[in-house]
Amino acid sequence: MSDLLSHLDIAGFIIATLVAATPLVLAGMGGVMSERSGVVNIALEGIMLTSAFAGYAAAVATHNLYLGVVVAIIAGMLIAALHAVLSIQFLVDQIVSGTVINILAIGITGSFYRTYIQNAELSGTGVLPALRLTFLPNAPFVGVITIAALVLIPVVHFVLFRTVFGLRTRACGEHPLAAETAGINVYFVRYMNVILSGALAGLGGAYFTLQQIGNFLPNMTGGRGFIALAAMIFGKWTPIGAFLASLLFAGADALSGRLQISGVNLPYQILGMLPYVLTIVVVAGAVGRAVAPAADGKPFKKRN
Amino acid sequence: MSRALRQRLFAAVFIPVISVACGFVVAGVAVVITGSDPLAAFTALFQGAFTNPRAFPETLVAMTPYVFLGLAVALGFRAGLFNIGAEGQFYLGAIFGVLAGNSLPGTPGIIHIPLALAFGMLGGFIWAAVPGLLKARFGAHEVITTIMLNYVAFQLTDFLINKGPMSDPHSTAPRTPFIDPGAQLPILLSGSRLHLGLILAVIAVPIVWFLLERTTIGFRIRTVGFSQGAARAAGISVAWTLVLTMGISGALAGLAGADEILGVSHYMPASFSVGYGFDSIAVALLARSNPWAILPSAFLFGAMRNGAAFMQLQTQVSSDLISIVQAIVIMFVAAPVMVRWIFRLREVPVGGLQITQRETTGVSSET
Repeated sequence: MSDLLSHLDIAGFIIATLVAATPLVLAGMGGVMSERSGVVNIALEGIMLTSAFAGYAAAVATHNLYLGVVVAIIAGMLIAALHAVLSIQFLVDQIVSGTVINILAIGITGSFYRTYIQNAELSGTGVLPALRLTFLPNAPFVGVITIAALVLIPVVHFVLFRTVFGLRTRACGEHPLAAETAGINVYFVRYMNVILSGALAGLGGAYFTLQQIGNFLPNMTGGRGFIALAAMIFGKWTPIGAFLASLLFAGADALSGRLQISGVNLPYQILGMLPYVLTIVVVAGAVGRAVAPAADGKPFKKRN
Repeated sequence: MSRALRQRLFAAVFIPVISVACGFVVAGVAVVITGSDPLAAFTALFQGAFTNPRAFPETLVAMTPYVFLGLAVALGFRAGLFNIGAEGQFYLGAIFGVLAGNSLPGTPGIIHIPLALAFGMLGGFIWAAVPGLLKARFGAHEVITTIMLNYVAFQLTDFLINKGPMSDPHSTAPRTPFIDPGAQLPILLSGSRLHLGLILAVIAVPIVWFLLERTTIGFRIRTVGFSQGAARAAGISVAWTLVLTMGISGALAGLAGADEILGVSHYMPASFSVGYGFDSIAVALLARSNPWAILPSAFLFGAMRNGAAFMQLQTQVSSDLISIVQAIVIMFVAAPVMVRWIFRLREVPVGGLQITQRETTGVSSET
C-alpha cells in the first residue's frame, strides 16, 4: 500500500487534479451564470467542442496561441448567442435548444476537421506556456488557462453576488415577472448571462486544444460539458461550489489515470468509468438538497 | 379550409418539410465554406441513398434501427422524459443480443431469434430503467444520467470485447465472435443485406401506437407527460410510470441494438454506433412523437446516413455534415415561433406543437 502511495505522488496528484478541473470549473461557472438568470444551458458541451476547434484552427492559421484563445472565447460567445436566441427569443424548450447546439457542434467540427485538419495533415500547434509556481513544493508547472480559471472564480463570485448586474441576474432567475415589474429588462439580462457563459465555456474549450495536447481530435470534450453541469448542481449554483465539485470529478479522472500507470490490477476501462459513475451518484444523491433558481428553465414571455 | 385543419396541416406537413429544406440549405452553406461543391455533394448523397446499385435496400437497412430508436425517444417524450441516452441502451441491447446469440448453439431460429431479441430488450430496459428510477426517487435529471450512462456503456463494451471476457480469441481486432447462424435474422432480398428486422420495425409502430393510445399504461404515460400534478391527483403513481416509461423506451433502443447484431453485423465490433443517440432524437422530433410519423422520419434519416457514406467517399465532404442537417431540422421543428417569424406567417399554430410537454425543465431536482 505504501508502495502504491509513493507511486501516486500526492503533490503531483493535486496539481493533476487542478489541471483536469480546468474545463469543468470554467464551463461549470458558465452554467452558474446562465442558470442563475433562468436559462438552462446543456449546450456547454457543444460550446466547448466548437471553441476547442475554433481556437485550434485560429492558432494554426495565425501561429499565435493567444489569438487562438481569443477566437475560442468569441466562438463560444457566438454559439451561446444562438442558444440565447432560440431559448429566450423563440421560446424553444431550453433542453431541446441545447441539444440542437450539441448536435450542431458535432456536425460543424466534424465537417471542418475533415477538410482543414485531417486532409491537410496539420499535426499540432504546440501548447500554451505553463507558469512555474515556485512558491509550491516541487515548483510545478501549471498552464495559463488553469491559472486564468482560478483567477476567474472570485471574479464570477463577485459579479454574481456583489454587483447590480449580479442582483438583476438572480432576480431574473428567481422571479422574472417581478424583475420585469421592477423595470429590469429580463431578455437583456438573460442574453448577457448566456453569452458570458459561452465566453467561460469557450475558454474551457481552448484548454483541450491549446493547453492540454496542442491538437484537435473529433469529439475530444468527451462529455466534460455535462460533467460540468453536474458540478454546477453539486456546487449549488455557486462559482466556488462548482469549483470544489469540479475538483471531485477531476480527482476521479486524475486518480483513474494514475492508477493505470501505477499498474493496479483493474482494467483501465473500469477506472475510466469512475468520473461518469461519480457524476450519476452525485446528481442523484446531492441534488435532493440543492435547489435550482426558481425560474430556471422556464421561458419568459414579455408582457409589453 | 377550416382554421383547425389549416393549423394541423401547418404543424404536420409544412413545418417538417420546411425544416428539412432549411437543413439542407444551411448544410449547403457549410459545404461551400469548406470549399466543396454543394450540388456535387448532395447529388452524391442522393445517389448513395437511392439510385446507386443496391443503394435502396441499403437505405432500408439503415432505416431499421431508426424506427426502433425513434419510437424509443418518442415514447419518452410523451411522458415528458428526454431520453438522450438511446446510444448507451443501443449498446447494451447489442451486448445482450450477442450474449444470447452466442449461447445455445444449434437452437432453431424460430426460438433463438426471439430469445436473442428479447434479451437485447432486457439489456436496454435495465440501462434506461436506472435513470428512470434515479429521477423518480431522487429527482436526478435524466438528461445528465442517461448521457453519463452512454460513456459507461462505451467503456463497458471496450472492456468486454477488447481482450476481455466477450472478445473473439481468434481475432486480433477488438470484437466478439460471430453469433450462432441460427440466431441470424433471415435476409429478405437475396444479394442485399435487407433483413427481417425491417418487418419487425414496421410491426413495432402500431404496437407502440396501441400501447400509447389504447392501453391504461399509455394513458398514464400521456397523463404524466401532460401534468404530473394532475396524474398524482388522479391516483396515478408518477414514480412508477416514469420508471416504466424509461424502461420501455430503453427496451426499444435495446431492440434496435440486438436487431443490428442479429440482422447486419452478426458480431459486435469496437465502434458499433454511427451516433444513433442524437440521430434518434431528430427522428422523434421530426415525427413530433407520433408513432406513425416515425416511419417516414426514420426513412429520411436512414437515407441520409446511407447516402452520407457515399458522399464522403465521392466528394471528400464529411458525413458529419448530416449532423448539421439534423440540428437545423430539430431547431425548426422545436421553434414554430421562429418559423412564423422567418416566413412572416400571422396565424398562431399552437396546438400539438409542444414537444416534450414538460412542466419544468431545470436540470435538477423537480420533486
